[in-house]
Amino acid sequence: MAGVPQIRRIAGTGVPIRGDDIDTDQILPARFMKEVTFDNMGEYAFYDARRDENGVINDHPLNTYTGANIAVVNRNFGCGSSREHAPQGLMRWGMEGIVGESFAEIFRDNCKSLGVPAMTADAETVDRLQTFIEENPEAGIELDVREKTITFDGEVVDAEIDHAMREALLEGTWDTTAVMRSNMDRVRDVANSLPYVEDR
Amino acid sequence: MSNGTLYDKVWDRHTVTTLPNGQDQLFIGLHLIHEVTSPQAFGMLRERDIDVAFPDRTFATTDHIVPTTPEGRERPLKDDQAENMLSALEQNTEEAGITFYGLDTNKQGITHVVAPELGLSQPGMTVACGDSHTATHGAFGSIGVGIGTTQIRDVLATGCIAADKQKVRRVEVTGELGDGVYAKDVILKIIQDLGVGGGVGHVYEYGGEAIKSLDMEGRLAVCNMSIEGGARAGYINPDETTYEYLKGREFAPEGDAWDEHVEYWESIRSDEDAEYDDVVEVDADGIAPMVSWGINPGQVIEVTDPVPTPEEVPKQDREAAQKAYDHMDVEPGESMQGYGVDVAFLGTCTNGRVSDFREAAKVLEGRSVDDDVWALAVPGSETVRAECEKAGIDEVFREAGFEWRQAGCSMCLAMNDDKLGAGEVCASSSNRNFIGRQGDKAGRTVLMSPAMVAAAAVEGEVVDVREVLN
Ligand code: SF4
Repeated sequence: MAGVPQIRRIAGTGVPIRGDDIDTDQILPARFMKEVTFDNMGEYAFYDARRDENGVINDHPLNTYTGANIAVVNRNFGCGSSREHAPQGLMRWGMEGIVGESFAEIFRDNCKSLGVPAMTADAETVDRLQTFIEENPEAGIELDVREKTITFDGEVVDAEIDHAMREALLEGTWDTTAVMRSNMDRVRDVANSLPYVEDR
Repeated sequence: MSNGTLYDKVWDRHTVTTLPNGQDQLFIGLHLIHEVTSPQAFGMLRERDIDVAFPDRTFATTDHIVPTTPEGRERPLKDDQAENMLSALEQNTEEAGITFYGLDTNKQGITHVVAPELGLSQPGMTVACGDSHTATHGAFGSIGVGIGTTQIRDVLATGCIAADKQKVRRVEVTGELGDGVYAKDVILKIIQDLGVGGGVGHVYEYGGEAIKSLDMEGRLAVCNMSIEGGARAGYINPDETTYEYLKGREFAPEGDAWDEHVEYWESIRSDEDAEYDDVVEVDADGIAPMVSWGINPGQVIEVTDPVPTPEEVPKQDREAAQKAYDHMDVEPGESMQGYGVDVAFLGTCTNGRVSDFREAAKVLEGRSVDDDVWALAVPGSETVRAECEKAGIDEVFREAGFEWRQAGCSMCLAMNDDKLGAGEVCASSSNRNFIGRQGDKAGRTVLMSPAMVAAAAVEGEVVDVREVLN
C-alpha cells in the first residue's frame, strides 16, 4: 500500500512514566484542546505534571529522559475522555511506541490511527523494564511488533499487542487517509459516475 | 441483510473499494464543515502537504460559536477562542477554494439548515459533516453521517470515509396527525417507542402515511433526530414533495439536467419488494403534542399523559429515570402541564425553519409572553430570518415579547453567550435535554415542538398548545 509506512520495530531509549490510571486529562490538560490545530500538542504533553506549583519545570520523567522515544507506563493508561489530543501530544513530544500493563480502549485505537504501537506486558516485566531504564537511561531498548517481543538488558521478553493494531501496523494500513489516497483514480471514477458531480 | 433499499443502492453507487480492514471506502458527495470540528483536520492536511481533493463538493458555514446579536457579531469576536475558530475557518476555506457562508454573507446559518435550503442536499447523495445531526439531510433520500476529526481529514484529503455498512430498519409510521401536532412530535414518539439506543447499528428508513404527509421541513425535523434514537443515519424516500421543494433552489439542477437527476432520484428509491433487516411500526394516530420529562430524548410523553412511575419504566431504564426525577424535580405519576418555565427557546437545526416560526407565530398572534419568561427566537439561518421578516413573522414575535435574533446554534449547546442559568427551566425546540447541554449544569430542558414552546412562553408553564389555540 503506497505511502503508509509499515511499522515492524521501534528501537531507541525509554522513559518510565510510573502510575496506574493516568488519564487523558493528565496526559493533555483540557484547556489546551481549545487550539485549532494539533501542531503544538507536543509541548502540552503532561504540561501540568511537568511543572511544579510555581510553573517551573520539575523532574518529571519527560523532562529528565530527554530524547526517549518509548514510553513505559503501567495500568489503564489513557483512560478518561476520547480526545485524540492525548496520543497526538505524546507522539509530537517524540514517542514512537508505548509499552504498558494495559491501555484504555479508545486511547489505544487513537494510537493505532497514528501508527504508534501500544504493547502490553505483565506487571512484573513492566516494572523490570522501568527499573532497567531508570538505572540505564542511555541503554537501547526495542519493541518488535511482528515478533511481539521487547528487547532490553540483553534479553528478549514476550509482549502482547492488539490483533487489529498489529495487522494494521505490519501491513501499513493504519493511516486511513494514506490508504484511501492510494485509490484516488477509482475515487474519481466513482465521482464522475454520479449524476450530481460535475465532470472534472 | 437488507437488499434493494435506498440505503443499499446509494451505498453501492458510492463505494470505491473494500479496504484491507474490511471497511468500505465510501465517496462523500457533499461535505459540510463548520468552525468547531474542522480546524484540526485542516492542520493535519497542511502537515502532510495534501490539498483538499474536492473543494467544490465541500461547503462551509459558521454556526456553533457565533453570537446571535448584531453587536456580538462584530469582529473580532469578543470570545478569543471563538474568534480563533472563525478566522481559522475563513483562512482554511479561502486557501482551499471552498465556498464559505460567513457572517458577512446573507446565507450564514446552521449547516443542516443552510444546505437543504440552498438545494445542496439532494436525493441519492452521501453527506458527511463533523456533527452528529448530519442525518438531517436524509430527509431528501440521502445518506447523511456524522463524523469525527480524523474522518474529516479523510474526506478533505480523499473525498471519502472508511465506513461499515449498517443494518436497515424500516420504521413504518401510521396514522394521521391532528391540529397542533407536528413532525417534532412524531420523531419524539418514535424515540419514545424505540428507545434512545434502539437504533444502534442501524439506519432508519422512515415511511408510512404519517411521514409521507409531512412537508420537507417536517421531514428534516424527523431525520434530524435519528441520532437521538441511536441511529447514525435516517432517511425518507424521495417523492413529489421532495422534488417540489428542490425545484428552483440555488444548487438544484435546471432544464435537462433536472430530468436526468429526477431519473437518478427515482432509481435509488427503495424497491417495492426491498428487504429490510427488520420492520417496526409506530402508531402516531391522534397523538397529543409530546414533551420530555427527563434528561434524555427517550424520556418523553404525550403532554396529556402523566410522567411514568418507576414501575412503568423498563427495569434497565429505572436508574436513568430516578436521575431524571431528581434533576428535573418532577413527580412520577404527575402531569407535565403546569411545570414552570423560565426560558423559551425557539430555533436549532431541528426546528429553526420558516414553518416552525410560522406555526409558533400562530400561537403568539395577539398574545404576549409571560412576564417572568425570557423568550428567544433564533432563526436557523439568515435566509430563514429574511423570509420570516418578509412575511412579518418577526413582528409577531417581537410584539409578543420575544427577542428576535440572528442565525446560529445558540442555546442548543450554549457555545456562545446564549446560556441557560442554574435552576432555570427551558421550554426548547432543540433536540437534546442532556444535563448541562443548554448552559449551567443545574439548568433543565423540556423538549417540545415550536408551537408548544410558544404556548409555554405565553403561559409561563408547560401547556397543551391545542388548548391555547382553542
Ligand atoms: S443546532 Fe444544536 S444540534 Fe444542531 S448543529 Fe447546532 S448545536 Fe448541533
